[in-house]
Amino acid sequence: MNLIRTGKAGTLESSDVMITVRNNPANDIEIKLKSIVEKQFGNHIRSFVTSLLEQMDVHSVIVDIDDRSALDCVIRARLETALYRAAGIKVFRWEEME
Amino acid sequence: MKLRRTMLYVPGNNPNMVKDAHIYRSDAVMFDLEDSVAVQEKDAARFLIFRALTCIDYENTETVVRINGLNTPFGEDDVRAMVRARPDIIRLPKTETPEDIEAVDALIGAVEKEAGIEEGSIRLFAAIENARGVVNAYRIAVSSPRLVGIAFGAEDFVTNLNTQRSKEGMELFTARQEILMASRAAGLHAIDTVFSDVNDDEGFRREVTLIKNMGFDGKSVINPRQVSIVHELYTPTIEQINSARKILRAIEEAEKEGSGVAAVDGKMIDKPIVERARRTLELAQVSGIYLDEIDEEVPNAE
Amino acid sequence: MPNNSAGRNIPSQIAGIESVKAFEGAFVNTPLVRKQKGSRTLPRLNKLVESLEQAVLKSELKDGMTVSFHHHLRNGDMVLNMVMDVISNLGIKNLTLASSSLTSAHEPLIRHIKNGVVTRLVTSGLRDKLADEISHGLLEIPVLFHSHGGRARMIETGEMRVDVAFLGVPSCDVYGNANGYSGPSACGSLGYAMVDAVHASRVVLITDNLVEYPNTPFSIHQDQVDYIVKVDQIGDPEGISAGALRMTKNPRDILIAQYATHVIEHSGYMENGFSLQTGSGSISLAVTNFLREVMLRKNYTASFALGGITGSIVRLHEEGLIKRLLDVQSFDKEAIRSIAENRYHTEIDASYYANPHNKGCATNKINVVILSAMEIDTNYNVNVLTGSDGVIRGASGGHSDTAIGSGISIIVAPLFRGRTATVVDRVQTVITPGETVDVLVTDHGVAVNPKRQDIFERLKTKHLPLYTIEELQKKAEKITGKPEPVQFEKRIVGVVEYRDGTILDVIHQVKE
Repeated sequence: MNLIRTGKAGTLESSDVMITVRNNPANDIEIKLKSIVEKQFGNHIRSFVTSLLEQMDVHSVIVDIDDRSALDCVIRARLETALYRAAGIKVFRWEEME
Repeated sequence: MKLRRTMLYVPGNNPNMVKDAHIYRSDAVMFDLEDSVAVQEKDAARFLIFRALTCIDYENTETVVRINGLNTPFGEDDVRAMVRARPDIIRLPKTETPEDIEAVDALIGAVEKEAGIEEGSIRLFAAIENARGVVNAYRIAVSSPRLVGIAFGAEDFVTNLNTQRSKEGMELFTARQEILMASRAAGLHAIDTVFSDVNDDEGFRREVTLIKNMGFDGKSVINPRQVSIVHELYTPTIEQINSARKILRAIEEAEKEGSGVAAVDGKMIDKPIVERARRTLELAQVSGIYLDEIDEEVPNAE
Repeated sequence: MPNNSAGRNIPSQIAGIESVKAFEGAFVNTPLVRKQKGSRTLPRLNKLVESLEQAVLKSELKDGMTVSFHHHLRNGDMVLNMVMDVISNLGIKNLTLASSSLTSAHEPLIRHIKNGVVTRLVTSGLRDKLADEISHGLLEIPVLFHSHGGRARMIETGEMRVDVAFLGVPSCDVYGNANGYSGPSACGSLGYAMVDAVHASRVVLITDNLVEYPNTPFSIHQDQVDYIVKVDQIGDPEGISAGALRMTKNPRDILIAQYATHVIEHSGYMENGFSLQTGSGSISLAVTNFLREVMLRKNYTASFALGGITGSIVRLHEEGLIKRLLDVQSFDKEAIRSIAENRYHTEIDASYYANPHNKGCATNKINVVILSAMEIDTNYNVNVLTGSDGVIRGASGGHSDTAIGSGISIIVAPLFRGRTATVVDRVQTVITPGETVDVLVTDHGVAVNPKRQDIFERLKTKHLPLYTIEELQKKAEKITGKPEPVQFEKRIVGVVEYRDGTILDVIHQVKE
């Protein structure tokens, strides 16, 4: 997946997460996490997001996460939305998503 | 007996509500990708509901997704995504013709096939929201084996009619009747429209009582507080239960004696009455009433 | 034999009279009365001192002593900060500060702790930045956390000696009769302050509202008071009490409240003449409103409500649905108005309220109590003091006092908040032991403590979503995922005392 611009998804409402993604000039996966549940789930969120990125074939990205205690499925949905927006993709490959 | 007394609207881009919409114990939850989601967020809502349906256990609650119409830029993507997420039902808004249903039916079928899902497993609900749909109600109702029900959307309907909603609801009378007739003739459920004034308990109860008496199977609700009110009104009362039991007992007695005719309180019991009595008891049971806990009245010596 | 000062002849020994000390003159041995009668130009008898500084000096406060405050002014309190600033400026150090609780208004204490003015805290709760810093090791000596009843116990028995009590009072006369009913900083009941007024070695009243003598009815008595200081403002009215609290519109809170009301109705504890205590949270308020409907339907009246009194409870009382109100803390303007006007809305002190070691406290007589929880574990132990991240952020309060005294104690809380589960394997800190907790009501289901089979039997056919607490914990974990255990240092920053004075739990410093 090629990120051609910044993609943002989600809100700062309780139980949601705001995720912003853009291409990383350093060609690496960089995750910046700010979470109200850092102590309990910080490490999990970082590794979860990393594995999602790998699954989606995204290797060069800066991910800014402002987490308001969102469940995993919400984090995933917001990340996917942000990536697709950043990649400018209009046709979704749902078969790959399951 | 499948209960669809309540279909709770859940805005599709709201994680706080989506994550456990089933706690309000409505018979169905309807995740909305259409009117409650801004145009710029259609994709976000689609991803959110896709992930919610695949990851969250909604227990015994029926899951429904209201997609955008196929005539919008979003409808087709909604179907492609949602079929794979396997909700119980996809609800098509603003259904006007049987061709609308046929189109979405075909698309669902195609995606089911692609995804290796058993064909026909995802059902359909048609929402009729304008005059054209009302006029085509029966043809819509029989247009697809996937259809399990028709929902009525009054807001768009009254706009289409060039009027507005009133307390008594006379402007909705024909539409409601048409949808009911069509649904019953086709063996489908009929669901009434939302009542938007969440502070008017009295008015809400009146409307639910009205549509229940008309024959509707349930109502779309926009506030969780409305759920228990609808369920309460749809649950048979103790008097109704006892009356039903009396009738069924009388029939049993008559059959034992070999006579085909029975009477209760001086009135002849014929087939429709027996059917209604059976339905009442079934509804009571499915609604969770412990029938063995209700004291039966002592039968009169006839 | 010599005459006494009245010119009377008194034998130095009289059979049957233990000691004979001769009269020395009317004014000699009665220090507080005027030495001179008759002068109309002298000021009226009073205990006023010109400034807080004067009051501190006169009270003879020294290094290492214990000072006390109350929290009836809640988030609007200005008294504690004013007094501590003065104490700090006087160079006094190493004090133990015993405030019945500490709120978000008390952040300035951080500075006093850093400067060594305060080296020990005894309180029911801590919040915000102060709590956070203490969780991270601000104080050398652990904070002693107590319940409301526990504090009254330790003061009455002398376990904790208060050297100087600095009590902010909304209305006060020149001789020390004070109450909380009137004035710009009215706060209602002064229940916690009343205990200090009785037992502290020195009592200083601070008021912004001096009224005519005698200020009756009074909660604090003139004969308990040493000095009085008049200041411009003792509290911010916005922070002292809320206006009329509207019932929540949050569907989740309403759902929980509906279940809780259903539990109460069918628990066997709701009958004509029952008694109740509810908190001030939004779920509690909703329960109060729903209970009203049940009471009207069943034609029940409650004999009394205890608390923590809110306007919702007052409304029920004024409708005739609750006969009497016993009030140790008045939460909102309606409650304050009511306690001022109504003799059946009675102020009680903290000992009467919940001291387990007096001759019988009010919490013993409660039938139904609604309580909140930050966490509850599969043994029904409840934590209301620390968050799931181990950081102090709440208060012990009357939780453990009411849980044990009540016929049925009901915890109301969402199953999880965000992705933080409320129902856990093991709470971070035990405030209320599980053996006193009867029912948990969440938005996802209801659990009854196995010790209460009697309640379970009554509830099981009432269409409630009943689960075991283990099932609820697993449900929560399945949805939120399993959190990493919080890391702590070895150092203890807080000690939790149960209401009887024994130590229930300890709080460790969080690792950063």
